[in-house]
Parts: sequence; structure tokens; C-alpha cells
Amino acid sequence: MERLIELDSLFLEAALETLYIVAITLGIGGTGGLLLGTLLYTTRAGGITPNRVVHVGLNLVVNFFRPIPFVIFIAAAQPLARLVVGIGIGNRAIIFALSLAATFGISRIVEQNLVSVDPGVIEASRAMGAGRLRTILTVLLPEALGPLVLGYTFVLVAIVDMTAIAGVVGGGGLGAFALTYGYRQFDPVVTWAAVLVIIAFVQLVQFGGNRLARRAMRR
Amino acid sequence: MTGTSSAPLIRLSDVSRTFPAASRRGAPVHALDQVDLDVAEGEVLGVVGYSGAGKSTLLRLVNALDRPTSGTVTVAGREVSSLSERALREVRRDIGMIFQQFNLFSSRTVWGNIAYPLQVAGVPREQHRARISELLHFVGLADKAHTHVEQLSGGQKQRVGIARALATNPRILLADEPTSALDPQTTSEVLALLRRVNEELGLTVVLITHEMEVVRSLAHRVAVMEAGRVVELGDTYDVFASPQHPATQRFVSTLVEKGPPPRALERLRERHPGRMVTLSFRDEHASPADVFAAFIERSVAFELVHGGVEDVRGRTFGHLTLTLTGDDAAVAGALAHVATLAEVTEPPARTGKEAS
Repeated sequence: MERLIELDSLFLEAALETLYIVAITLGIGGTGGLLLGTLLYTTRAGGITPNRVVHVGLNLVVNFFRPIPFVIFIAAAQPLARLVVGIGIGNRAIIFALSLAATFGISRIVEQNLVSVDPGVIEASRAMGAGRLRTILTVLLPEALGPLVLGYTFVLVAIVDMTAIAGVVGGGGLGAFALTYGYRQFDPVVTWAAVLVIIAFVQLVQFGGNRLARRAMRR
Repeated sequence: MTGTSSAPLIRLSDVSRTFPAASRRGAPVHALDQVDLDVAEGEVLGVVGYSGAGKSTLLRLVNALDRPTSGTVTVAGREVSSLSERALREVRRDIGMIFQQFNLFSSRTVWGNIAYPLQVAGVPREQHRARISELLHFVGLADKAHTHVEQLSGGQKQRVGIARALATNPRILLADEPTSALDPQTTSEVLALLRRVNEELGLTVVLITHEMEVVRSLAHRVAVMEAGRVVELGDTYDVFASPQHPATQRFVSTLVEKGPPPRALERLRERHPGRMVTLSFRDEHASPADVFAAFIERSVAFELVHGGVEDVRGRTFGHLTLTLTGDDAAVAGALAHVATLAEVTEPPARTGKEAS
């Protein structure tokens, strides 16, 4: 307990770092996943912009990256991280790897939620003379909004989970904090303090996500 | 209703639509097979058929949601079957469409649903209010403007669908089984509204359905489809009063039976001795009263055992099944005369034994 008080400022910094990593990852991965997932949906046979080559290609790429365990993915993505963000370790590298992994993960969630949209409303929109892009932006995505919010909430929690591995490549955050000052120094109080903050954070995210989704679905 | 002098508003010429086989070993599906069909401006055409007959495919060719494999579809002089998707946007604003499952946007209110086609058409926002409230009044939902669609009943949803389809003042309304998801009471309300769409607003309506009641109350002409072909096409009255094709006869028999069904026939014969005949009347024939007078004049007793008189768009027809008793020669003579007044058919005799 005394140790925790000593580490007070480090603890706070770690918590903020986690928030920072999660927020940026959600921003980049969320946008990328939305684009990729929407493309996966619209290019499928009978979709809004059917294109077999693009659809099969995207599917292959997503299926290639998705099964890689994240802890290995971080290491494997290091050369690419150096190329894109200029450094292979630290928070920038971890955000890069997380964003990439989140993009592929989110794309599947987006695709699944879009598939559940009634094709009838898409047809109605086309019948009214709406173009493809307009149909996607003003009908398809709004119709799927409720499930999408829930899907993103799920992803957000998963990203918090994944940030805990950041320590592997020298990233910060609560995971690295718990490992460095709790686990390796045989101090369960510190470990559990980090765990409790993460739990509280996840609860808050899930609660907020559920509320937003309910509002979007009006149920 | 079919103006022969002016060009039809919608023309399908030798249209076929083949869907590729669903599986490698399956056969391709010929949803439409060399269909020719004209729809005149201002008419209501009912397209009837069982599911899989091709009527949905036919409807979707008119606003080019689907394209024919061969043949051409022309709407208001433009060949829509070969227009680009971009050029079609403009054409589609002239063609409203309503659906069996309504297909309303659940992410929008009633107002938002009706506003959508206006936004798509680029109607300035300040004109939306007047147009939308006009439409809401027309369909009788003025108090529901800001309701979310899932709070509406089925009939109300279809009214919103109709208002949305009418928003851009189209010339044509395509109705895809518009009442099949509704109960009978709501169906008649929606049909009354569709009739106003045709009569007050002057829209040409193409309506597909499998319910003959819908056709009877709304359509000027009927096209009956089977296996991708139009097997019968005619004025609604003619189709109901004297259906020619077996498929048409089956559909009409759901509302009007020409004679007693085989099982009832047995029982009727047991209870009513005498010669059984079915007389079919059309409004250009003599009336049942004339026929009855002819029997009385020739001392033939008759008893009405089955049938009734129907009304289609203000014209009547009917099928009456009678048993006739009396002197054989008198009966034969009376029937010979009656045959000049109405169509006479004799229900098939019992198989195996002679009629007593």
C-alpha cells in the first residue's frame, strides 16, 4: 500500500497513457475499420458496388492479419512500424500496431453489422434515385448505427486489453505499470490497483456504449 | 383505359431475365421469358401470379433496379434498360415505389422518411415543410409527423411508404405486394388510398399481388403471370367474368367459383334431383330474371343450388347453378333458349354411375 502511494505519479501517468493509446487507436483503427468493413460489405456479390476481385482481395488481407496473436503481431510489425512511424519501440510503435490490428478486427464487426441491415431499405433508397455513396452514408450506416455502437464498445474494451501488452516493445500504460512495479516486484497491491482501474474504465465504457446504442435504436 | 392512340407510358418489349444458376450444378432461372407488356398513362395494371412467377422481377425492370437479359424496357419514351446508373437517378424520381415490408428507414422519423426523397432530388430545404405536411394530410397521418416508424402499425407504415413514394410528384407508382403484410381491414384502407393516388393524383400504377381481392378493387387491367410469361392479359372485368387460362381460372376461383366444387357437387346431386346446369352471366348478356322467366314460361321448375352475382368495378357478372325438373323435352327446349341469353355449362356427371 505504501509502495502504491510512492508510485502515485507514475500510476496516474500510466492510466493517462492507457487512455491516450486507446483513444488514438480507436480513432485510427475505428476509421480504418469502418472504411474496410464498409468496402467488404458493398463489394460482396449482390452488394451496392459488387466487385469480386476487390472483395476477395480484402477478405484475404483481413484473414491474413486477424489470426496473428497480438503479442507476436507487435514484434512482427516492428519493421513496418519503423517505416511508417519512424520508430519500432515505445508508444508510437504500439499505437501503430494496435491501430493496424484494430482496423482488421473492426472491419469484420462493421461488415457483420451492415449485413444485418434489411436489404429492402437499400433497395428503397436506390428506387428513390439515391446514388451509391449517398445510400451508404445516409441509409446504410445510420440504419446500422445501434449495433455499430455496440460493436465499437466491444472493440474499445478489446483495445484496452491489448494495450496491456505495450510493455513488450517499451510502451507505457497500466499494463506495463502492473508488470513492472507489481508482478516483477512481487507487489500484488500494485498489480491489483492497476487491474481495478482497468476494470472501472471498462465498466464505464460499456455502460456509456450501451446507453448510446439504446438511444440509437430507440429501444 | 388503354389509350391506343398515344404511346404507352411503360413498354416492355420481348423482355427476358435469366438469373444464373445458384449452384454449379443448378439450372439458370428464367424469371421472365419474352414478355411484352404495355401500360397506358393513368391506368392501374394488376400483375397477378404465384411466388416465383416473375412478377417481382418484372416490376423491378420498370425502375431499372434490375436489368433485362434481353429485350427493352421503355418508360416515358426513355429506354431505361440501357441507361447508366447515374442517368437512372433522374428517371427514378419520376417513379415511386412501395413495398410489401414497407422498407421504411428505422433511423428516421415519419417526417425524415418522407424528406429523404426530397433531399435526394435536391429540393430546397425550405420547400420540405409544405410538401411533407401536404403528403401527411393526403395519407391521413398529420399527427404522426415526428413519430419513429417502429411505433406505427402496419397500415400506418404503408401510408408513410406511400407518402414517401409520392414526395417527388412521380408519374408512376410501382407497388410490390403493398397489402400482403396487412390484415383485411387495413388492406381495404390502403387500397382506398391507392385508388385516390390513381384517381385524384393521376398516377399510373403497376401493382403486383397474389390477392385477387386487391386486383378486383383497384386494377383496370390484369396481367396473369406463370413461369415467367404473361399468360393472360385483359380488362379486370373480363378476366374475372370469363378467365381463359387455367392459371387465371385458379386465381379467379379464389374469389368466385364458376360452379360447385367437386365435393359439394356430389352432395348437391343427392339432395337436388334434376338436371344440373351452371349459367354464367355477363352484363352484356340477359339478366338472371330473363332466364328465370324463360323457365317458367316452359313449365320447367328450377332451384338455385349454388352461385352468386359479383361486382367488378361497377359491372356485374355471376355464375348460378340450378337444378331443373320437368318434362325432358321441355327442359331441353328451355335450355336451348337460355343458351342464347347466358353461357350454359353442365357440371361433370358423377363418375362410375348414372345420375338418377
